[in-house]
Amino acid sequence: MKVLVAVKRVIDYNVKVRVKSDRSDVDLANVKMALNPFCEIAVEEAVRLKEAGTASEVVVVSIGSKSCQEQLRTALALGADRAIQVEAADQLDSLSVARILQKIAEEESADLILLGKQAIDSDNNQTGQMLAALMDRPQATFASEVVVEGETLKVTREVDGGLQTLSLKLPAVVTTDLRLNEPRYASLPNIMKAKKKPLDVKTPEELGAQLAAGVELVSVEPPAERQAGIKVSSVEELVDKLRNEAKVVA
Amino acid sequence: MSILIITEHDNQSLKPVTLNLVTAAQQIGGDIDLLVAGENAQGAAEAAATIGGVRKVILADNAAYAHQLAENVSKLVVELADGYSHILAPGTTTGKNIAPRVAALLGVNQLSDIISVEAADTFKRPIYAGNAIATVKSADAVKVMTVRGTAFDAAEAAGGSAVIEACGAVHQHADVSFVGEELAKSDRPELTAASVVISGGRGMGNGENFELLNKVADKLGAAVGASRAAVDAGFVPNDMQVGQTGKMVAPELYIAVGISGAIQHLAGMKDSKVIVAINKDEEAPIFQVADYGLVADLFEAVPELENRL
Ligand SMILES: Cc1cc2nc3c(=O)[nH]c(=O)nc-3n(C[C@H](O)[C@H](O)[C@H](O)COP(=O)(O)OP(=O)(O)OC[C@H]3O[C@@H](n4cnc5c(N)ncnc54)[C@H](O)[C@@H]3O)c2cc1C
Ligand SMILES: Cc1cc2nc3c(=O)[nH]c(=O)nc-3n(C[C@H](O)[C@H](O)[C@H](O)COP(=O)(O)OP(=O)(O)OC[C@H]3O[C@@H](n4cnc5c(N)ncnc54)[C@H](O)[C@@H]3O)c2cc1C
Repeated sequence: MKVLVAVKRVIDYNVKVRVKSDRSDVDLANVKMALNPFCEIAVEEAVRLKEAGTASEVVVVSIGSKSCQEQLRTALALGADRAIQVEAADQLDSLSVARILQKIAEEESADLILLGKQAIDSDNNQTGQMLAALMDRPQATFASEVVVEGETLKVTREVDGGLQTLSLKLPAVVTTDLRLNEPRYASLPNIMKAKKKPLDVKTPEELGAQLAAGVELVSVEPPAERQAGIKVSSVEELVDKLRNEAKVVA
Repeated sequence: MSILIITEHDNQSLKPVTLNLVTAAQQIGGDIDLLVAGENAQGAAEAAATIGGVRKVILADNAAYAHQLAENVSKLVVELADGYSHILAPGTTTGKNIAPRVAALLGVNQLSDIISVEAADTFKRPIYAGNAIATVKSADAVKVMTVRGTAFDAAEAAGGSAVIEACGAVHQHADVSFVGEELAKSDRPELTAASVVISGGRGMGNGENFELLNKVADKLGAAVGASRAAVDAGFVPNDMQVGQTGKMVAPELYIAVGISGAIQHLAGMKDSKVIVAINKDEEAPIFQVADYGLVADLFEAVPELENRL
């Protein structure tokens, strides 16, 4: 079974982003960037399938400018075999990303395509579903457990009401949720080895992927800041405030 | 303009978030139709038909839609899409599962998790865990979007008398099937619809201690939530996670107990009207957003809170 993992370069999850003063976008200059945490979980899952002898090869792909090669190297250090960078604008829209991923998945004849459930920058939570639709293949989003049974996947999903289990025939698309696994740290020898693993660069034109248009970013503003309130000194005072000041408790 | 809303339901009844979507649709303007795709879903369709301001309810009742699998429902929606200017789905796990497939099949991008309607083609949505709000404009002929329910008031659940139109189209993807589900059973209100939410974090220490929160919740008619750390540690199930990558809540009152206030947690609750934090560390970032902060050991403060309510 061949596994394709889509990974995205995003702002580090510890960094609180600021809006540019001209409100055109957020300010990413000199901000620490990292592998999207959900993509890290996707890479870990793929590598575990390889270690278990279920997956034959793990290919990672990222779509963006050359800087995303850094995150591809991280994924290679975590255990992926090979990487592909598709040269495109950073912050390409999800439909374009999905169309490019479709071409790569076809070219690679991938059996399982793993993505993060959401990128923590755009918070869109849509690319995996779009890819599955374009390929007319089944999807299991928000996965917390993936079991491979021959040509079939049994996936447990974290849904609003609890957990749901689906059975999917391969090829299939799975997007990862937080509890799927705990990603490992890359060891220094593996980071060194990753530098020698193959990394191909392609373009959307070579792949024959048509880019979408449609959504325009008009402006970006900071959210309404909440003012810190007061400290109360006792539970009694708290209950009094909730009853008589905030009036949210009867 | 006309708008199609993919309703959230469990076949028998309609989930309250559908009412918030109707309000969002009214703000866009135009005829509003509701789709109920399910099996034996007459109950949900009847509830949908009584919502004020709805033109018609389309009921697709078939075994293929029993669990609202995205593969099947998305094709149904695409078949119905002709003539609609907007297709709205709730920002729930069901809506997020289906809507992007619809968008991709229609060849358009999706607008995710909108929180306000600026114009029929322009919307606001939070990005970067709510640390920035983007205004986005779509030039696509049909706008497919998910809507954050808590950002819109609920429409009137009664007063309407829309017609229910049966739709016989059946789409069944051969390569996916439902195996089972484990749904949390609770008599408490749903997290995203509750007017009071009390959440526990790593500070709760274990799952049994959540009983302390349950008792307060019973007195306040509250839902009980949790931080990711509490879910990861196995104290409580995943459906209780509040935050950027869990559920978004905006109750009248949110009580955070033993939660430090990481940006990912704040993203899911900082639109609450009144926030209370109980934490023994006075430096905890949660106090920066709390209207009322109590620096105390939760194991003393929470039982006392229960007694005083
Ligand atoms: C301020 C701002 C607002 C924006 N608003 C919108 C908007 O309203 N609508 C819109 O469509 N776009 C918008 N974009 C673009 C958006 O940020 C994303 O770049 C784009 O939608 C890509 O998908 P995603 O990050 O949303 O993916 P998600 O669906 O959130 O991510 C899921 C998974 O898809 C995979 N993936 C996503 N992108 C890549 C990639 N480049 N390479 C490899 N794998 C990838 C990863 O596995 C990831 O975990 C906006 C961008 C900015 C900066
Ligand atoms: C990709 C990603 C997504 C994430 N998504 C989410 C999300 O959706 N939701 C979410 O919540 N988190 C999310 N997180 C995790 C987040 O970053 C924090 O790690 C998490 O919120 C911390 O949970 P906590 O506040 O319960 O634990 P801690 O940060 O460990 O805080 C525990 C608090 O309890 C207090 N405490 C301990 N004992 C007591 C006592 N006896 N009495 C009173 N106070 C006490 C401590 O002072 C401390 O402030 C995400 C992280 C990542 C990387």
